Amino acid sequence: MTDDYVLETRELTKEFKGFVAVNKVNLKVRRGTIHALIGPNGAGKTTCFNLLTQFLPPTRGRIFYKAKEITGSKPSAIARMGLVRSFQISAVFPHLSVLENVRLALQRKRGGSFDFWRSERILNALDDRARELIASVGLSEFEQTIAVELPYGRKRALEIATTLALDPEVMLLDEPTAGMTHEDVGRISALIRRVAQNRTVLMVEHNLSVVADLCDHITVLARGEILAEGDYATVSRNPEVVQAYMGKGYA
Amino acid sequence: MNDPAGAPALSEIAIKPLKHVNGAAHRWVAFIVMVAFFALAPTFIYPVFLMKVMCFALFACAFNLLLGYVGLLSFGHAMFLGIAGYAAAYVAKEGLNIEAIRLGTIHIPLNIALPPFTPELAILTGVLAAAILGYVAGLLAIRRQGIYFAMITLALAQMVYFFCLQAPFTGGEDGIQAVPRGKLFGVIDLSDVKAMYATVFVIFIGGFLVIFRIIHSPFGQVMKAIRENEPRATSLGYDTDRYKLIAFVLSATLAGLAGATNALVFQLAALNAVHWTMSGEVVLMTLVGGLGTVFGPVVGVLAVLGMENYLAQLGAWVTIVQGAIFVICVLTFRRGIVGELARWIKKPL
Ligand SMILES: Nc1ncnc2c1ncn2[C@@H]1O[C@H](COP(=O)(O)OP(=O)(O)O)[C@@H](O)[C@H]1O
Ligand SMILES: [Mg+2]
Repeated sequence: MTDDYVLETRELTKEFKGFVAVNKVNLKVRRGTIHALIGPNGAGKTTCFNLLTQFLPPTRGRIFYKAKEITGSKPSAIARMGLVRSFQISAVFPHLSVLENVRLALQRKRGGSFDFWRSERILNALDDRARELIASVGLSEFEQTIAVELPYGRKRALEIATTLALDPEVMLLDEPTAGMTHEDVGRISALIRRVAQNRTVLMVEHNLSVVADLCDHITVLARGEILAEGDYATVSRNPEVVQAYMGKGYA
Repeated sequence: MNDPAGAPALSEIAIKPLKHVNGAAHRWVAFIVMVAFFALAPTFIYPVFLMKVMCFALFACAFNLLLGYVGLLSFGHAMFLGIAGYAAAYVAKEGLNIEAIRLGTIHIPLNIALPPFTPELAILTGVLAAAILGYVAGLLAIRRQGIYFAMITLALAQMVYFFCLQAPFTGGEDGIQAVPRGKLFGVIDLSDVKAMYATVFVIFIGGFLVIFRIIHSPFGQVMKAIRENEPRATSLGYDTDRYKLIAFVLSATLAGLAGATNALVFQLAALNAVHWTMSGEVVLMTLVGGLGTVFGPVVGVLAVLGMENYLAQLGAWVTIVQGAIFVICVLTFRRGIVGELARWIKKPL
C-alpha cells in the first residue's frame, strides 16, 4: 500500500560536479508519523531536503508525494501542495514584524497576491488567525517586534508558526533545535509533538534525546547513503551507526 | 547580520523600522510637505528645473520600487526612461505612419496614417513602449540573481542605446528635437509654462501615489518578503519569479511615464536619457535619498540635481564633487537622507 507513505523517493541521487552528496536513497515516510533523518555532518541531509522540495533538481531518481510524482515540479508549487520545508539557517523575514511574517503565510492561501492596486488593509482580516498562531508558539508579547530582533530560539518558533499557518500536510524541519538553549529545546520539541498530531513531520535532528523522545521512525544517512532504518532502539544498537558517529567524532 | 567578506545585504541598507507602525500620520505630514513644496516652489525656483526634478523623482521612485522593495538592482533603468522619451517624442512630432509590416515574405498591409499625437496620447505611447520593453527585459533578467541580474540589465540597456543611436527614426546623435508640447486633450496649450508645470505636477503626484499603493498592497507585502528572504518566500508557495517579473514591469512602466513626460517638458528625446550614466545616476540619487523609503528618492533627486545645477559653474568638477559626496554618503549615512531621518524619528518614511 503506497498510500501509507505520504512521501517516497526512489533511487534519489544528487551529484555536485562528480561528488555524490546523495546516493540512491529510497526514503519512505509513513503518513502521520514523526520521522527523523539523522547522520553526521555532510551526510547529505540538507541536500535531501533540497531535493524533496525541488530547491535542487536531482541528478537521478524520482520523488513521490501522496502517490503522485513531483520530480521536476517548481518548489513553490510543491509548497502549495502541502509539502512545506523549513531551513537549517533560520528562515524568517528579518525586517518585517512577527505578525507580518505569519500573515505572509496566511496571505498565500488567498491564492495569488498579484493585486498591487488594493490596499494592504484587506490583509487585516488575517490578523486574528495570525495572532492565534503566534500565541500557539508563545510569541504573543512579541507580535509587533521586528523578527531580526528576536532571540534565536524565538526566531525558530516564529518560523514554525509561519509554516503552520500554511497548515501543511507534511512539514520538513531542518535541525529545528540546533543552537538552542536547554529550555528552548524543550519548548520546541513540545511544540513539534503538538503540531504533529494531525500531520506528518520529517525532521533532521542532531539532538538524540529529542529524536528518541519524539520520533517514530529513524533513517540514518552517512556519506549520502542510507545506513540504517528503524525505531530508536533498533538504530542505536546498530554497530555501523555507532561507528559512523564515533568515527566522525560526533558530539 | 554583516557578512564580513562581502558588501552589506541590500536589506541591510534599506530602512529597518524599529516597530511596526499602523498609524501613518507622519507619512501624511511628509506627503503634504512634499505636495506643498512642489505647488509653491515655482514662485521662487526656476519652474523648468522643478519639472526636471519631478520627472527624475518619479524615475527614481520607480527604480526604488525595484531595488528598495524587491531587492533587485537594475543597472539599466535608463532604457525605460529613454525608450519612452523617444516613443513619446516621435509620435508627438510625427504621428504614426506605418504602411505595412514585412516579416520575411509575409506582407501585412496596415495603412496607418495618424497625425501628431496629443500630449496625453504621446505619453501613453511612451509608457506602453516602456512596459513592453520592461516585459521583454524582465523575462530575460529575472531568473538571474544579484550581480548577474545587474549585468544583464546593463547589457540590455546597452543594446537599447545602440538601437537608439542607429535606428532611422531616433535622429541618431541629434535625437528628436523641437518636439511640440501640443494641447492636452486638444484643449490646454502646454506651451504655457504654468499649464505644463501643472501637468507634470499631476503626473508626478499621481505616479507617486500609485507607487505608494503598490508598496502597501498585498502584492507589495510579497515584494518585501522576496527582498527579505526569497527562498523562504518560495517555501511558503510564492512563485517568486512571477512576482519579480510583475514588479519589474511596473517599475519599467512608471520609469517610462517619467521619461515620456520629461521628453515633452524639454521638447527633446536624446541619447543621454538611454546612456548607462543615466542608469548610474538613478542608483546614486536613490541611495543618497534613502533606499527602500517612500520619500527618499524624491529627496535624493532634489539633492543631486540641485547640486548639479548650483555647482554647474565648476564644469567638469561637478562629477568629481558628486562622486565625493556619494562616497561620503555611503560611508557615513548609508541609509540615505530620509533613511537616517526615519531612523531618528523611529518611524518609516
Ligand atoms: N550546492 C552545493 N554544491 C556543492 N556541494 C554541496 C552543495 N550542497 C551541499 N554540498 C555538499 O554535499 C554534502 C552534503 O551536504 P549537506 O546535505 O548540507 O549535509 P548535512 O545537511 O547532512 O550536514 C557536503 O559534503 C556538502 O559539502
Ligand atoms: Mg544540514
